[in-house]
Amino acid sequence: MAIVSQKSKFGSIARPTMAWVVGLIFFFPIFWLAFTSFKTDADAVKPEFLFFFTPTLDNYLNMAENYDYWRFAANSVITTTFATAFTLFVGVPAAYAMAFNPSRHTKDILMWMLSTKMLPAAAVLYPMTFLTKNFLGVFDTHFLIIIVLSLINLPIVIWMLFTYFKEIPKEIIEAGKMDGVNTWGEIKDILLPLAWGGLASTALLCFIFAWNEAYWTVRLTTTEAATLSKLIEGNRAPEGLFFGRLSAVSMAAVGPIVVLGWFCQKQLVQGLTFGAVK
Amino acid sequence: MAGLTIRNVIKSYGDVEVMHGVDLDIDDGEFVVFVGPSGCGKSTLLRMIAGLEEISGGEISIGDRVVNEVAPSKRGVAMVFQTYALYPHMTVYNNMAFGLKQAKTPKDEIDRRVQQAAKVLDIVDYLDRTPRALSGGQRQRVAIGRAIVREPEVFLFDEPLSNLDAALRGQTRLEIARLHERLGSTMIYVTHDQVEAMTLADKIVVLRLGHVEQVGKPMDLYSKPDNLFVAQFIGSPAMNIFNSTVSGKSVSIGGEKGVGELQEAPQNGVVVGIRPEHLTTCKKSEAVISGKLELIEQLGDHIIAHLIRDDKSEFIVKTEHFAEFSRGDLMHFTIDADRVHYFDEKSEKRIS
Repeated sequence: MAIVSQKSKFGSIARPTMAWVVGLIFFFPIFWLAFTSFKTDADAVKPEFLFFFTPTLDNYLNMAENYDYWRFAANSVITTTFATAFTLFVGVPAAYAMAFNPSRHTKDILMWMLSTKMLPAAAVLYPMTFLTKNFLGVFDTHFLIIIVLSLINLPIVIWMLFTYFKEIPKEIIEAGKMDGVNTWGEIKDILLPLAWGGLASTALLCFIFAWNEAYWTVRLTTTEAATLSKLIEGNRAPEGLFFGRLSAVSMAAVGPIVVLGWFCQKQLVQGLTFGAVK
Repeated sequence: MAGLTIRNVIKSYGDVEVMHGVDLDIDDGEFVVFVGPSGCGKSTLLRMIAGLEEISGGEISIGDRVVNEVAPSKRGVAMVFQTYALYPHMTVYNNMAFGLKQAKTPKDEIDRRVQQAAKVLDIVDYLDRTPRALSGGQRQRVAIGRAIVREPEVFLFDEPLSNLDAALRGQTRLEIARLHERLGSTMIYVTHDQVEAMTLADKIVVLRLGHVEQVGKPMDLYSKPDNLFVAQFIGSPAMNIFNSTVSGKSVSIGGEKGVGELQEAPQNGVVVGIRPEHLTTCKKSEAVISGKLELIEQLGDHIIAHLIRDDKSEFIVKTEHFAEFSRGDLMHFTIDADRVHYFDEKSEKRIS
């Protein structure tokens, strides 16, 4: 027993300390943002008020009239939700097919999908903008944003689902075949109940990525389909001095996803380390 | 109830052919065991019968119906998997009922069949549990139950005992034999364990590298193996193989006396096979083979002795006892001439 419980004192203090330091570094911008959001615009830029100031709720109370927050928030919710749903709708059958009926090319296809993530987004900025605006006429529509967010997330979603599905013994699917379920039944009655945890964390991650996406949502929208990313980005330069207000709206933009992530932390960690533990 | 016919069945993956034209007839109600070392194609053949693998060439019929293109669930077969392959998220009851539900069987009929199968397999108490809460043996019963409720014409077992521990394996083997007795259905059973094959089978099919090496009753395979491979695969411990010197018709493996005579003088060299249990101790002048005792394995009811000959080759003897000998002693053995197996050195085929 003595051997088992013998931990180095250094490790038991240093490791948590390190973790806290790293955690705080990551958290600091949000902390700063939260602080600033309770300051007046005037206080926000004064260094002496960094920690000591008179808090105000004005920034939050006036958010709707200052920024038209709810319209952007609604756009974010719509595009993110539909993009996540669509990604899973395409990703589940794709991952299913590759996991249980692999061909010689399955690995290549997976690599190819991943390789699309290596394309620098900036490289296709011009064609994307030009084509969607002048040729397809879908610029600044929910449809476009949903499609773009889906396509961005599809490779990672298929990879994740593929990994989860791979963990399910092939024999169980085969037993289903012997029992006479059709392909849809295999997915609905066997695959999804078994991969439920993996599916949930994939959906969650997909939702977070879609919500946070800024490069394309900023560049492919003006007003109609503009999301919260666009709201923050759009107000950065012209209203540069209104740090208090901007912080409040930023908090409102990242808030939902931070809270969601907080509540689903366990699920997320489990999901992301699922393959690694085995 | 139905028999099974397999005609010139071929399986290839891409350009690689792994089953090379298998022919087999299985009678209605027969218990057939596919046996062979891993990679011999026994599981592939079973999975082709089940419909889980496509057939690249040839024909498989169940009853009078060619099933090459028929979906697994429509073939009238049920399969028990090595890993049980139960649905982890369903109760035992639902595991067994799932196939019947897919086939739109009336609810009371499902209930009747599940309850009946549960009674036969002694798992009535576990019907509400999930597989997670069951032991390996119980899971295997559920897997068998899942097959029974579908009332298939042919049962397929894919190494069903290899995930069980030794004691349970023997017990479950017996239960499967009883089940066959009771249901009288055709059963096809895959194993790499020749003891299971010998004890369960009406008919054994020995496979190697995608070929059928021999088909026959267990005792026929034991006493008249068609070739060297079957001779060494069936029987435990494995048959001793000796090179021989032939003069005319008589064959010797280096002892004072020859092991026996062939019916006619052979054209190629002859390999002699002797089962360890057929060698008996004798005087030096009568010995067909001699060797120094190197090691004795005590197994209670019998012993297995490992011996070394002058040329350093080894052989094994299985007997009840020879307490009077100890390590290093030179021992002499003889054998009943009827029990000696001869094989052609080149073709490895039996010389009768």
